[in-house]
Amino acid sequence: MNAVAVRAKRVAAVAALHADDVDREARFPAEAVVALKTERLLGMQIPLQFGGESASLSQIAEVCFTLAQACSAAAMVFAMHQIKVASLVSHGLDSGWHCGLMEKVTREQLLFASATTEGGIGGDLRNSLCAVETVGDVFHFSKDATVISYGAHADVILATGRRHPDAASSDQVLVALLKGQMSLERTSTWDTLGMRGTCSDGFKLEARDVPVAQILPKPFAEIAAQSMLASSHLLWSSVWFGIASHALDRARAYVQGEARRRPGQVPPGALRLAEAANELQAMKGTILAALRRYEAAQGNADELGSIGFAVMLNNVKTTISDKAVDIVQRALGIVGLSGYKNGTPFSLGRPLRDVLSAPLMINNDRILANTANLLLVQKGGAQLLSA
Amino acid sequence: MVVPDDIRETLKSVAALSETTDSLGEDDNLFDKGLDSFGSVQLMLALEERYNIEFPDNLLNRRSFSTIRIIVETVSKLTVSAAA
Repeated sequence: MNAVAVRAKRVAAVAALHADDVDREARFPAEAVVALKTERLLGMQIPLQFGGESASLSQIAEVCFTLAQACSAAAMVFAMHQIKVASLVSHGLDSGWHCGLMEKVTREQLLFASATTEGGIGGDLRNSLCAVETVGDVFHFSKDATVISYGAHADVILATGRRHPDAASSDQVLVALLKGQMSLERTSTWDTLGMRGTCSDGFKLEARDVPVAQILPKPFAEIAAQSMLASSHLLWSSVWFGIASHALDRARAYVQGEARRRPGQVPPGALRLAEAANELQAMKGTILAALRRYEAAQGNADELGSIGFAVMLNNVKTTISDKAVDIVQRALGIVGLSGYKNGTPFSLGRPLRDVLSAPLMINNDRILANTANLLLVQKGGAQLLSA
Repeated sequence: MVVPDDIRETLKSVAALSETTDSLGEDDNLFDKGLDSFGSVQLMLALEERYNIEFPDNLLNRRSFSTIRIIVETVSKLTVSAAA
């Protein structure tokens, strides 16, 4: 096992101890995040020259997968943090202020959150109502952010807004706001079926007199297309794959227990387990192929911005989110009432409730509609061993 | 011969840009002016129909549709190769 996997396992052990309480109380997985900081995993993606480890997306995906088997909420917080850090790393290298921020992330293990969702706009990432109001060297910013996951616990929030008050709703920039520079007034509370520990409350975010240097120089359109889309779909998928793997592990343990109790007979659930294991393998293949294609495309803006690449990522998200729900439900079918009941070694209530968020986090129907549009122009003729 | 005004004319068929088309400079980034992935697909379809061309997969990326100047260049190349 490599060093990152070992560190991730140590964090997962802490996360597992508190996962039920995090879920029951809908509270932030603080212990797991402290463990992530102790293992210095929050800064793993930051380039070496800024004190980080230049970790690849695959390595980060491995951590997401490992954590998700212990606590879905902790894994999702880590994934969302790394998605924001990916934007900083991919698009902040030309800006002195953002390079300084990268150093600070590794030194102080800062936790990043995201404020893209907005009242009146909803989850449409590529449109904003709020705008950056620049006055000389500083700007003011105010956003009715209907969701900022773990916003109350974040050290840095990356928020989208229109470039200036007269800009089109899609002419957006991404601003980095530090904890002491903004006020957050809670406007809604995250009391949900699952993923309760992400604490995705709504906030009225206000920031005044923030240096303009904190605005990322690249247009948000480019940031969304080149780093956010890929890192979101691939890291979320790794979390969902972890939840599904955990559920199937419980189903396997259950079937093996049955087999030991009645030697000479194959337990009835074994066939269902074989089917589910087959699905899990297909799921893993989909994620791994996508991670490899993403890493091979690094530095190739044309490939990262191509229609074929966007279709591939959309397909990863819809496929993995649906399959993850399916596998956890299959696992519950195999385990039966021991899985339905809380507090048994085979309980699957929490993972089932958590994974049901997967097809809804950017609704699969919205993604399929986007793919349908892209397919109107994509040409065929791909090869088996290339894109 | 493909000229910028022809492209502007085609851009009017894209809902997100129809209002601002006449004021667009040749080097303005269309994605900053409101073009999104849905609009860029509609734009490709309109250009393919108007010029009787097909964009190959390697040109189906954001850069090919980012400015009027780049669209003129791309469409010109494709019309020449279609005629050849």
